[in-house]
Amino acid sequence: MAAPLTLVLIVAVTIRAVLFSSSLAEPLMERVEVVSPLNAWKRVVEGLALLDLGASPYSGDVFHETPLIIYLFHFVIDYADIVFMIADGITAVALYLAVQDYNKTVFRKQKYALEADRYPHDCLELIRTPKEMYYIPLKVALFYLLNPFTIFSCVAKSTCGLNNAVIALFILSTIKGSAFLSAVFLALATYQSIYPLTLFAPALLFLLQRLYIPVNFYRPSFWLFTLQYAVMYLGSLCVIVCLSFFLLSSWDFIPSVYGFILSVPDLTPNIGLFWYFFAEMFEHFRFFFICVFQINVFFYTIPLSIKLKEHPVFLIFMQIAIISIFKSYPTVGDISLYMAFLPVWSHLYRFLRNIFLVSCVMLACSALFPVLWHLWIYAGSANSNFYYAITLLFNVGQILLVSDYFYAFLRREHHLTHGLYLKRKDGSEATLVLK
Amino acid sequence: MTAGRCTAALLAAVLVCGLTCASTAAAEEAITEEYESISNANEHVQAQDDYARSQKRREITEHDDDQNEPPPSSSSSSSSSSSSSSSPPSKDYFKEELVIRPLSSGDIYASFQFQTRWDTDFFAPGKKVSHYRLFPKSLGQLMSKFSVREMHVSFTQGYWRTMQWGQPFLPAPPGAELWVWFQDSVADVDGAWKELTNVLSGIFCASLNFIDSTNTVEPTASFKPLGVGNVTHQRFLRYAVLPREIVCTENLTPWKKLLPCGSKAGLAVLMKSEKLFHSSFLSLAVHIRPVCQDWGCKGTAWELRQTVNVVFDLHTTGQGKREWSFFKMFSRTLTEACPLATSSKVYIDVTDNPQGELFELNPAAPSLTQAVVLGDRRTYAVYDLMASGTFGLLRSLNVLLRWKTPGSVDMLRPLLHGERYVAGYGLQTGEIHTLIYNNHPYRAFPVLLLDIVPWYLRLYIHTLTVTSKSRENKPSYIHYQPSKDRLRPHLLEMLIQLPPNSVTEVTVQFERALLKWTEYTPDPNHGFYVGSSVISALVPSVVAMDTSYTLEHPLFSTFFPCKEESSYFVRVYTEPLLVNLPTPDFSMPYNVICLTCTVVAVGYGSLYNLLTRTFQVEEPSPGVVKRLANMIRYLRGVPLL
Repeated sequence: MAAPLTLVLIVAVTIRAVLFSSSLAEPLMERVEVVSPLNAWKRVVEGLALLDLGASPYSGDVFHETPLIIYLFHFVIDYADIVFMIADGITAVALYLAVQDYNKTVFRKQKYALEADRYPHDCLELIRTPKEMYYIPLKVALFYLLNPFTIFSCVAKSTCGLNNAVIALFILSTIKGSAFLSAVFLALATYQSIYPLTLFAPALLFLLQRLYIPVNFYRPSFWLFTLQYAVMYLGSLCVIVCLSFFLLSSWDFIPSVYGFILSVPDLTPNIGLFWYFFAEMFEHFRFFFICVFQINVFFYTIPLSIKLKEHPVFLIFMQIAIISIFKSYPTVGDISLYMAFLPVWSHLYRFLRNIFLVSCVMLACSALFPVLWHLWIYAGSANSNFYYAITLLFNVGQILLVSDYFYAFLRREHHLTHGLYLKRKDGSEATLVLK
Repeated sequence: MTAGRCTAALLAAVLVCGLTCASTAAAEEAITEEYESISNANEHVQAQDDYARSQKRREITEHDDDQNEPPPSSSSSSSSSSSSSSSPPSKDYFKEELVIRPLSSGDIYASFQFQTRWDTDFFAPGKKVSHYRLFPKSLGQLMSKFSVREMHVSFTQGYWRTMQWGQPFLPAPPGAELWVWFQDSVADVDGAWKELTNVLSGIFCASLNFIDSTNTVEPTASFKPLGVGNVTHQRFLRYAVLPREIVCTENLTPWKKLLPCGSKAGLAVLMKSEKLFHSSFLSLAVHIRPVCQDWGCKGTAWELRQTVNVVFDLHTTGQGKREWSFFKMFSRTLTEACPLATSSKVYIDVTDNPQGELFELNPAAPSLTQAVVLGDRRTYAVYDLMASGTFGLLRSLNVLLRWKTPGSVDMLRPLLHGERYVAGYGLQTGEIHTLIYNNHPYRAFPVLLLDIVPWYLRLYIHTLTVTSKSRENKPSYIHYQPSKDRLRPHLLEMLIQLPPNSVTEVTVQFERALLKWTEYTPDPNHGFYVGSSVISALVPSVVAMDTSYTLEHPLFSTFFPCKEESSYFVRVYTEPLLVNLPTPDFSMPYNVICLTCTVVAVGYGSLYNLLTRTFQVEEPSPGVVKRLANMIRYLRGVPLL
């Protein structure tokens, strides 16, 4: 199993190395779909240049990376290409190992359920076989490494790749059951971009499940572990933030990074929903809508955690997807992370309702982004509405994709408890509806 | 008989003057109080309007009084009677001059300078300056209220073409420029600056109130004080440029009212707006600074310099004929000097024409003088308006320059020259190129380059390159203050050594920001202006500069203090830039809000749907008849069907 993974890694690195040395690297670094003001490489270099001039990188409004990133690249600025390739490799390997472990757990659970005869008898075709599950980890790595979105993001040296690596390591350590490492990586991911904060709930649920602690508010063991995990998480977050303070000995980075993410002052176009909305917003409603849009990202955590408390890994997938759709400065690198999980849910394929439509929308939008950008910015024959329309469509596509997977997941669970071929009272074949 | 009438008239004048002064002093106090109370309530706009209006009214009456008075040198009784204080009256005088320089392009450059000097101290402890004679009261009060040490404001229409016209006596960038040094006693410099710009905006009827933190900077080296004093920390300096400002008659009129004689007598009668604004370049300026009272510099005096620099075009004003006269340029002739002036002169640059072979002057100049200006020794024909012979039999002076040969004069290339442009295409990124020319054949000299770029063009300082003669030329000093969105602009200051006979190219890349729809100007596709770069330098001089203070110099040669013989100070402004930004569709706010909210609602709705509902087997709904029957059965209490 290691050999195909190595092969995939080698192929991925080769593709990236070729692109890095090609003429494509330079224009990619300017593409608004690939880099955002938060993670553009040009801005990292600018921050380092400001440091060299003796100014604080946060004294201007160009640099919005965290102090740890600037500290990292202070040393490896000359090997940045390699760093980004390694980050992608780490993400892929971590996801590979995590999914491998997760599949083992799934299979074990399924075996126990079968032995306990908990599944209805007509559900045998829903039962997953080791044969079809064997290649899933490899497919995940493949989906991440060879996804054009990831490749573009890596070649543009968007620091989104590093954030993805941190989140992948968080997932790996959670699935491996290491509460401490999980808390540390979650703190690091939160420190990098706030939004992974919502991954706290699925991680906690997974770890509780792994330790066979039921989610019961009257049980002290539940509260004990929750407190333990929260303290580890907040403690490491605190350590990281203080460390950043001591690196530059100023708190300037807090408004410059987190204030920037939350208040969305930079309206540079991207593939998200924020930029045009807040460019066209009436000034006195601005604050209200910023609050609404930001709460929207965090809002889904609680209901999703309640609904999916038995399936924390699917919850992680849902959360990552929601973050990458609704965050303030999304890039294609964020999308590639949740897309890497799609092979894990390949068994849901039979329940997906509009996967064909969604795939077509996503492909068409990906092709239209550069076209309409060119028409607006360079040719002058289109205006901002064209590009905006495509971002809307792209986001509708993503929303449909995610909700379709959610639907399919819930439906499969329903079938596993109630049987696949449901009958009406009068014995005719029934259709399932949401009520 | 005549002597008797004269004394009677003098007495009457003194009486009238004393009365009006007393009444106006009371009125002025009331105005000041009212103004202060209003400005304390932070209602700048209201205050500035009232203030300016009342000040203007006051100016007119005051100057009219002044004109009734005899010149100061002849009579001290009137000033002592009106000052009504025991302290000796402070000395003030007024000088006016006009310099005309024929340009090699065939155009003609006229530079007016009016100097009012007053040996008083606005900031002497325990003494409130309340009596004004020649010095305009509106500016004097401004100085004392805001503790201004030095103030330079200019309004310019058109761009000074250094390569065609040489260096101007007083450089100014297109649009409005304001720089102020505050006294070191000022605690809240930003607050004082904000109020000052609002008041000045009222005084000059200009849009100076658009100066805010997004276009104000504190340059570290480029704008050092031009007067005496020792505060040089940039904390007390504020500099702002409004490149978009349009200069018009409404700015000229209040400017003229600051003159002791208004536009009624002296050189100012030539300033008719219909002619001045029909020119290639027009720059109005007011400079106030503390200067030495005497050669020993024992006390400070306040100097107000009002200048107008204008270039008349050969083709539009001159109808293509190289023949210039006062009447042709200004549609007026001179008939008298300003009665309040101690000196009133017209200089005409005849350096290229020592024997009169190029052009002839009519009437011939009574005298010639030499002055070292901008590193060159120039010869000037002088017409002294105080001398009665100048005006001749017709009681008017209309100097006529008539060229004998149609060929143009060769102009020495200016030693320092700057150009600027934006490179790149599209609305995403761009590159600012600044070219600085050193035309000196063998001397290298350093220049200070100051760039102010608005925040919506995000500069990337790591892309800054400076090349001279296709080799990298590392600046020996860089001061870079990055911008803050919607708060402050980029400030880039560099000290660059220019090799002899070279072009130095400074490039820096920028990114164009998408703004909120309310932040665009009403004509967003016209583009956004970026103010001129400022190049300040000590240029090696061809002749020894005059550094002595003992001689009487013409005004135009003494604006920038000259400290050494071998070089002179030059400031060059480059072109302002016009940069296009990407624009949103301004007609779409409702649509965008609706559409984006719809997409968010689609996301919310589909998740809400899946979260709150459960899967159920769909039972076929019973028909209408059956439902009706069931309802009746339910009412009857029998089992349902």
